[in-house]
Amino acid sequence: MRLSFKIALRFLRNNLGQTFLILTGIAVGVSVQIFIGLLIQGLQQSLVNKTIGSSPQITITALNKQTTFTAWEKDMALLDGNASLTFISASADGAAFAYNNTESQSVVFRGMQLASADGIYHFTDRLTEGNLPASKSEVMIGKNLKEALGVKVGDTITVKTPSQNFMDVKIVGILDLKVAALNDSWMISDLNTSQTLFGYGNSVSMISMQVKKVFTSDTTAVAVATQLNDPTLKVADWKSANAELLSGLSGQSISSTMIQVFVMVSVVLAIASVLAITVMQKSRQLGILKAMGIKDSIASLIFIFQGLILGLLGAIAGVGLGLGLCIMFVTFAKGADGSPVVPLYINMSFILLSAGIAVISSLIASFIPAKASLSLNPIEVIRNG
Amino acid sequence: MDNVLELKSIEKTYGSKIKTQVLFDVNLAIESGSFNSIIGQSGSGKSTLLNIIGTLDQPTQGKVIISGMQTSTMNRAQLAELRNETIGFIFQFHYLLPEFTALENVLMPYRIKHGKADKKAIDRAKEYMELVGLTKVMNNKATDMSGGQQQRTAIARALMNQPKIILADEPTGNLDSDSTEMIYQLLREINQRLKTTFIIVTHDRKIAEKTDRIIEIKDGKIAMDIRK
Repeated sequence: MRLSFKIALRFLRNNLGQTFLILTGIAVGVSVQIFIGLLIQGLQQSLVNKTIGSSPQITITALNKQTTFTAWEKDMALLDGNASLTFISASADGAAFAYNNTESQSVVFRGMQLASADGIYHFTDRLTEGNLPASKSEVMIGKNLKEALGVKVGDTITVKTPSQNFMDVKIVGILDLKVAALNDSWMISDLNTSQTLFGYGNSVSMISMQVKKVFTSDTTAVAVATQLNDPTLKVADWKSANAELLSGLSGQSISSTMIQVFVMVSVVLAIASVLAITVMQKSRQLGILKAMGIKDSIASLIFIFQGLILGLLGAIAGVGLGLGLCIMFVTFAKGADGSPVVPLYINMSFILLSAGIAVISSLIASFIPAKASLSLNPIEVIRNG
Repeated sequence: MDNVLELKSIEKTYGSKIKTQVLFDVNLAIESGSFNSIIGQSGSGKSTLLNIIGTLDQPTQGKVIISGMQTSTMNRAQLAELRNETIGFIFQFHYLLPEFTALENVLMPYRIKHGKADKKAIDRAKEYMELVGLTKVMNNKATDMSGGQQQRTAIARALMNQPKIILADEPTGNLDSDSTEMIYQLLREINQRLKTTFIIVTHDRKIAEKTDRIIEIKDGKIAMDIRK
């Protein structure tokens, strides 16, 4: 074993040009694998964050959407222990009209448990002016709604519901929710303000929540429904409501996997072919070693060790190169606002997996020359000089 | 004296469709510690015979008995072990490993047997390097030595595991006359000092005349066997 390793190392060192070329081949393969993999994962992560990261991934509503439900506090207490969920917030929502002097706009009036809702909607990050509502009758509104109504922070406007309930509310914050439809219509208060405005009493219209693993939200939703065991409620998850987005994301995942598989196949073939040639190159040495009494198994181990050494060094260089490419990409490829076009997402387990696949591929590739060396007969070398 | 090697009714045929027989019923016994030569013209079958003796090639028929062990019943791994421990090879083209230094080449048979060379083994290798007069170049790579130096390194390597038999195939075929004379003196000295059995294949009668026994192969048969 020790002798095979020593000979393998010496063969590689003695042929530095060739060794460098093989290493470069493996390193480039691994780096492309890591670069493309991390880029696509970053893209996916950012898409998920931008689309469903700031909205509820599971919602609970009354089966009949027009009605509210009263047992929400008991339900939320039940869900509190569910480890798959991150933020849970109840809201009392309804359609209303907002009036400011002569201007009037239809709005979606949403009363929320603002502390936990902030975890879902990231209101604090999206405030362009003012603050979150801190007391009753305070609201924040979307930035387009602000323009439409011609109001500013500190102004008081009147809100009227279809059932003719009125309330004067004070604007304390302006939001940019990054979606025009929301910026046009959302008016957000605390839960109590909304319940009072719509006359819901202690009822709510929706419980919103986010989950730890967004791509398994469907199974989490089923678990939530089972946990609540209430046939009057409807539990919905983002996947069933966003089939197009989901198919886009999974299409991206599949294409990324395909690219990675082809890169790896080409790396394995390259290593196998170069190592197979080294058996031809070293047949004279192998012949003399066999004549001196080296056993076939020990001789073939030389090539296994060569594959292992090349795989390990190539993987290390490839990880460095791949991360370098990623860093270069996020440094130089920036959008108009100065933020990277695709954010860098360092997935350590993916990097280790890519490096591991390269090492194993090199090992597998080295079996071809190792097998060829088994059948090499010293007499052929000696007879042919 | 005991026989270190016995060949019984050895025949060798090459090819399967067109058969070419190169050895015919060769019987030979080599005494331990003797200094022998096998002569013959090109194509007479002398190198084939040497390769069969060295277990590098298998006879089509007949038995090869080395140190009392019949080789036909051995598998490849057992034959490799036998070669490593019992036989030293010196080839015409010396066949050193160019990736290793002269000293490392000499140590190679020992490393094949034991995996690692201890101080005692290194000292012994140096002693053999001194015996063949290569102390100064022992750390040179094989490619940085003259043809004569490379052949002497190959001789030191053949001695490393203190084999019972050394097989030399035209060991000076590639060297000038001065080097040739020096190599034969060296082989003779080793034979006398270490009592190693030598079988030297050569086509040069002058060289063969310096050995104790001359075996001539002609058309695949032993045509002459003279002992001094």
